[in-house]
Amino acid sequence: MATLKLYKFTVCAIYNKNIIYETELSNRNTFILTGGFFNYNFALHRPTIFITMTKLLEWLLGVSLIGVAWGLVTFDLLDLQLPPQYRELAWPMPVYLLVVFGCYSLATVGYRVATFNDCEDAAKELQAQIKEAKEDLKKKGLKIVSAAPVHVG
Amino acid sequence: MASRRGNAKTGEQSDKYSVLLPTYNERENLPLIVWLLVKYFGESGYNYEIIVIDDGSPDGTLQIAEQLQKIYGADKILLRPRAKKLGLGTAYIHGIKHASGNFVIIMDADLSHHVSTLPLKQKEGGYDLVSGTRYRGDGGVYGWDLRRKLISRGANFVTQVLLRPGASDLTGSFRLYKKEVLEKLVEQCVSKGYVFQMEMIVRARQLGYTVGEVPISFVDRVYGESKLGGNEIVSFLKGLLTLFATT
Repeated sequence: MATLKLYKFTVCAIYNKNIIYETELSNRNTFILTGGFFNYNFALHRPTIFITMTKLLEWLLGVSLIGVAWGLVTFDLLDLQLPPQYRELAWPMPVYLLVVFGCYSLATVGYRVATFNDCEDAAKELQAQIKEAKEDLKKKGLKIVSAAPVHVG
Repeated sequence: MASRRGNAKTGEQSDKYSVLLPTYNERENLPLIVWLLVKYFGESGYNYEIIVIDDGSPDGTLQIAEQLQKIYGADKILLRPRAKKLGLGTAYIHGIKHASGNFVIIMDADLSHHVSTLPLKQKEGGYDLVSGTRYRGDGGVYGWDLRRKLISRGANFVTQVLLRPGASDLTGSFRLYKKEVLEKLVEQCVSKGYVFQMEMIVRARQLGYTVGEVPISFVDRVYGESKLGGNEIVSFLKGLLTLFATT
C-alpha cells in the first residue's frame, strides 16, 4: 500500500531582501507559484519556497492596485455613493496620468541631453597622453604599427 | 604563537587592485591603456597588477602584451590568454581566478580616464562596487552628436524608470568591485555583452551591496568607429525587457 508522505513547506515572500510574508503549506494544498523557486533555507531549517518580486511583477501589482482603485471609484462598484465630483475627477485620471508622465519624460530627457557634458579638455589631455605614451613605449622597446589617430576638435 | 607567512600588515597598505583587461583585437589600444594604468597607479602609490585576458586575437594583441610584460615586469602584467572569443562573463571568472588583489577593476581597453579615481571613491565610502558614470557630476562624453546623446539619455531614462537601479549609468564598464562581490555577482548573472554589465549592477542592488559612483569622461574609440544603429537599439531593448522580467 502506498503511503503519502506529508511535506511541510514554508512560503516566504521577499521584497528587498526582507521577508514580508510567511505562511506554511503542506503538499495537500498544492498550487503553482509563479516566479518562485524551491530552496532549502538553512536559517529556517526547513524547505522553503521563495517568491521574489521581479520588477515586472512589481509593476503589474502596482498597476492592478491603481486599476482596481480607479475602477471602484469610477464605476461605483462598492456602491459607496461618492459625490459626483470624485467620479468626474477619477474617470479621466489614467489618460491624464499618462500624458503627465509623457511630458515629464520628454522634459527630463530634453534637459539631460542639453546638459550632457562635452569633455573637450579630457579629449585633448588624452591625445597628449597618447603621444607621450607612444614615445615612452618606443624608448622602452615596444614595436608596434599604429593606425592614423582620430582628429581632436 | 605559530608564525604566519605572507603579509601580516593590516590597513591600506595591503589593498591590491587587480585590473582585468579582456581584449579582442586591441593591438593599438592595449599598449596605451597599459601605459596609462602604470602611470596613474604609479603616481597614486596603490599596489596593482594588470591581467590581460586575450581571446585569441588574430591581430597579434598577445604579442604586444608579451612585449609589455617584458617592459613592465611579469609581476605587474599578467597574461592569461584563452584560445578563442568566449565572452565577457567567462573572461571575468577566468581573470578572478588569477587575481591576487582584493579589489578587481574592470575596464574596456577603450581608454577611459583616471583609473585612480575608482580606488579613491571606494575608500571614501567603503563601497562594495564603484561604477563610473557619464551622466552625473562632471562626467561626460566627447565627440558625440545630438542623435547619439539623445539615444543614450533616452535609453538611460527608460532603464531608470523600468529597473530603478539606484545607479545613474548602467551600461558603462568602468568599475571597481571587491573581489568576493564580483565572484558572487558573476555567478548569478546570465546575460551576455553589455546587458551583462547592467545585470551586474541590478543584482548587486538586489543582494544589498553598496554602489558608489564616480564621474568619468568617456572619450571612446580613439581608434575605430563606434556603431549605434537600429540593431544595437533593438538588442538593448530586448536585454532591458529581459532584465525587467527576470530581476
